[in-house]
Amino acid sequence: MDYFAQQLINGIVLGSIYGLIAIGYTMVYGIVGMINFAHGDIFMIGGFIALITFLILVSIGLTIVPVILLIVLLVSMAVTALYGWTIERIAYRPLRHSFRLAPMLSAIGMSFVLTNYSQVAQGARVKPVPPIITGGYTLHEGAEGFVVRLSNVQIIVVITTIVLLGIFTWLVAKTRLGRDMRACEQDQTMASLLGVDVDRTISMTFVIGAALAAVAGMMYLLYYGLVDFFMGFVAGIKAFTAAVLGGIGSLPGAMLGGLLIGLIETLWAAYFSTEYKDVAAFSILIVVLIFLPTGLLGRPEVEKV
Amino acid sequence: MATTAPATLARGPDVAFIFKKALISGLVALVLFSLMIGVRTEAGPEGQLIYWTRFGDLAAMVGVVFGGSIVIELLRYWWGPVDTIRIIPPSTTKALAVARRGIAPVLLIFTFLVPVIFYDQRYILDLGILVLTYVMLGWGLNVVVGLAGLLDLGYVAFYAVGAYSYALLATNFGLSFWICLPLAGILAAFFGVLLGFPVLRLRGDYLAIVTLAFGEIIRLVIINWQSLTGGPNGISGIPRPSFFGIPLTPGDDGLATKLGIAFSPTHRIVFLFYLILALALLTNWVTIRLRRLPIGRAWEALREDEVACRALGINTTTTKLTAFATGAMFAGFAGSFFATRQGFISPESFTFHESALVLAIVVLGGMGSQLGVALAALTMIGGFELFRGLEQYRMLVFGAAMVLLMIWRPRGLIGHRAPTVFLRHEKVISAELVEDARA
Amino acid sequence: MSRDDILSVENLAMRFGGIVAVNDLSFTARRGQITALIGPNGAGKTTVFNCITGFYKPSAGTIRLRNNDTEMRLEKLNDFRISKIAKVARTFQNIRLFPGMTALENLMVAQHNTLMRASGFTFLGLFGVPSYRAAEKAAIELARYWLDQIGLLARADDAAGELPYGDQRRLEIARAMCTAPALLCLDEPAAGLNARESAALSELLLKIRAEHGTSILLIEHDMSVVMEISDHIVVLDYGVKIADGSPQAIRDNPKVIAAYLGVDDDEVEAVEAELGL
Repeated sequence: MDYFAQQLINGIVLGSIYGLIAIGYTMVYGIVGMINFAHGDIFMIGGFIALITFLILVSIGLTIVPVILLIVLLVSMAVTALYGWTIERIAYRPLRHSFRLAPMLSAIGMSFVLTNYSQVAQGARVKPVPPIITGGYTLHEGAEGFVVRLSNVQIIVVITTIVLLGIFTWLVAKTRLGRDMRACEQDQTMASLLGVDVDRTISMTFVIGAALAAVAGMMYLLYYGLVDFFMGFVAGIKAFTAAVLGGIGSLPGAMLGGLLIGLIETLWAAYFSTEYKDVAAFSILIVVLIFLPTGLLGRPEVEKV
Repeated sequence: MATTAPATLARGPDVAFIFKKALISGLVALVLFSLMIGVRTEAGPEGQLIYWTRFGDLAAMVGVVFGGSIVIELLRYWWGPVDTIRIIPPSTTKALAVARRGIAPVLLIFTFLVPVIFYDQRYILDLGILVLTYVMLGWGLNVVVGLAGLLDLGYVAFYAVGAYSYALLATNFGLSFWICLPLAGILAAFFGVLLGFPVLRLRGDYLAIVTLAFGEIIRLVIINWQSLTGGPNGISGIPRPSFFGIPLTPGDDGLATKLGIAFSPTHRIVFLFYLILALALLTNWVTIRLRRLPIGRAWEALREDEVACRALGINTTTTKLTAFATGAMFAGFAGSFFATRQGFISPESFTFHESALVLAIVVLGGMGSQLGVALAALTMIGGFELFRGLEQYRMLVFGAAMVLLMIWRPRGLIGHRAPTVFLRHEKVISAELVEDARA
Repeated sequence: MSRDDILSVENLAMRFGGIVAVNDLSFTARRGQITALIGPNGAGKTTVFNCITGFYKPSAGTIRLRNNDTEMRLEKLNDFRISKIAKVARTFQNIRLFPGMTALENLMVAQHNTLMRASGFTFLGLFGVPSYRAAEKAAIELARYWLDQIGLLARADDAAGELPYGDQRRLEIARAMCTAPALLCLDEPAAGLNARESAALSELLLKIRAEHGTSILLIEHDMSVVMEISDHIVVLDYGVKIADGSPQAIRDNPKVIAAYLGVDDDEVEAVEAELGL
């Protein structure tokens, strides 16, 4: 039971990270109708930016951890958001009225560019960082000496996710930008006729998605203490799985899907085998798409004939 | 990107505008690159992370973006809007369409003669074998993506199934290449059906992701099922192919001795060259035949409009399955050739990059065009060879090329379609009318 | 269901979530006749079509098709089987040809099931056995016949997507006819056609009825076409049948005129004039 509780905590933390990435997939899919294949790599770039900012801050002698964290968060969000904006501008916008296959292939190309750009710029080796946030709480001490722990990092990851999700939900529900986004999701032509700047709204979608992915990247760095240039690929597929599981296009669905994938992966690794945890996650993607193509919270689609 | 009004033509380039744009691009580049390029991190000797600055590289990159932006704007000013017509004018496209009847035989004859012309150049022969392998893979995937319009991002899985089928059957049971080849094809096709049956009802982009996941699953299973596949270490000592039972070895029962000629290791290379050429041509022949059969027409009709197909009584599920299985079978053949040629296989050869490369070949070729795919394979693999010295930049350039290709020429080299049957005249159908794969 | 009926729809209902698109609809279509389904926009006509042709599964009701003394329940057959087994062909409101294939190829695809059998499910066809070649030749001849019927023989080798709109409409009908249907369902075949093209269309449909004995179910807004060729008219409004009878009876039915044409007097007069009332 204690073991299970510990795995549950670990799963929720991992799931929060997947959920943050999944939001980017779901938003872009909802508005532009494409799978932003490079989004996993945006997450990876976010992790790198966070790492480098952190290193610089530490080396100039800053020691107050909350300040460091806040600066790292803001810098990585801002810079990664610019990556998202630039990519949309270069690789996707010119293709908006192109053939159906074009944006997907362009996104795959962009994913390669980002992965290898990062490899060339920062080297192929894994970049470890010492634990930035230490300590935690012992929740329960079991009879056999098994301890259920909730570390400070885990608390921070979950709280940051909840806060950002709150801000983001408010953004979509209450602001002008959110309204424009929902309008574009329904009908781009109509939205533009009614004075919505479609280009800007799509740009902002990518910017927000990238900023959230950057947060995920930073959380990953804090939690696992390492980043590498290839981490975006697998994380990206899993986050996409999360978005599909939750119902693509649905924001709460993305978060829910993220949590489920995180939990399934952690529990699978804990009770079955570590080697096959990715296989489990990918199999879920296939199974969900077959039996529940609209996901848990997605809207059913009526085929237009 | 913002438009440069044609009105500026009269007044000459709008210097202020171009400069402003370049400045913005430079600024964006500065922010993007400042941390990623301006600072280099590395794990230090004791495991702790160290960093150093590279402001020179940063300045150079920003300068490149600034200058590049000006150049692009000027080009745009002189050229007008950059589109397909500028890159490959319609006259060239038309000429290509007419000439392709001529190009194909010339290319074929040349390919047949390659081992004769370059007999002493092992490098060229090896490269030729590599190109032909990708031509075959491209033609195989073309059935799925180009004809049936199903976006398959996990094609490499079937290649892997073929390679491992041969490797395992040959090393465990001592079966010869010629028995394993059809078995590998059948097994790969079986896997194609296995995956295809549940997922082919999915919408196009979902299908793409599911096939991608399937490809990864196969790779992960190969890595982790150590007792069967040898895990990351792979399988070595895979038997070389024989000339229909006669080994290509220096010994007494070798082919060279039997023919009464001096043994040379090149014999085997030449044999492999003709082997893959034959396999590729088989793929081509079957595909061309299939296109003119009802099944092939149904594939193309499916690509054009699935709903209409259903209204015409076409069983779309089995039609898609046959396309998937056919493509997978060719990948299986290619896979077992790969295994016998290398003598060693490991999961590293079957990553997503391979799927993407083959897909890029099909797209660059112009989906559906056999000649286009062959030319694209030659260009891509040749291009990769050019960048051989710059190993780590290779994929960077490949990715960038894919983006640019999509922007400039999404329909590939030969985008138009030749009808499968005609009453009076065969007229090529322009690319704009032909649907592409569902995404 | 009498022997003379080809199609009998009984108590058909179709709901999308809370929206009732069709409610408790019953009507029959006579063998060898042209039955028109009319009604204002949003009356549920296309929904009825989609139920009959298997694109939607009805929420309730039965759809019987009687052909060669066998009766089939269409609501139990799914998508492609309705065309393949029950021999019901259809066209679409917004034309669904295969734009990148030639007119001839479009008609060849329509003969898929026949040709598949002839090609020994591809295996014999791959080696070009004579029996398949003969079947293909016959298929081309059938296509040629229909191209001739719709006046597109000269454009057989042009891509369907290149053809003018009116030609595309006719080509879609020809394609449906190449499946040798017992019942042909046409969803607004005259939409977007000019007067001359509409007349040609009427002629074509009458010819199909006369020479091939194909029963036709027709959704149409163009009253000149409907009144000229229909043997029987079913009027739908808000998913419910409001009238059912011969063109003359429908023409004289004040309820139809009021419900179908709306309450705006000017509009009623304008359309009445068009109908020749």
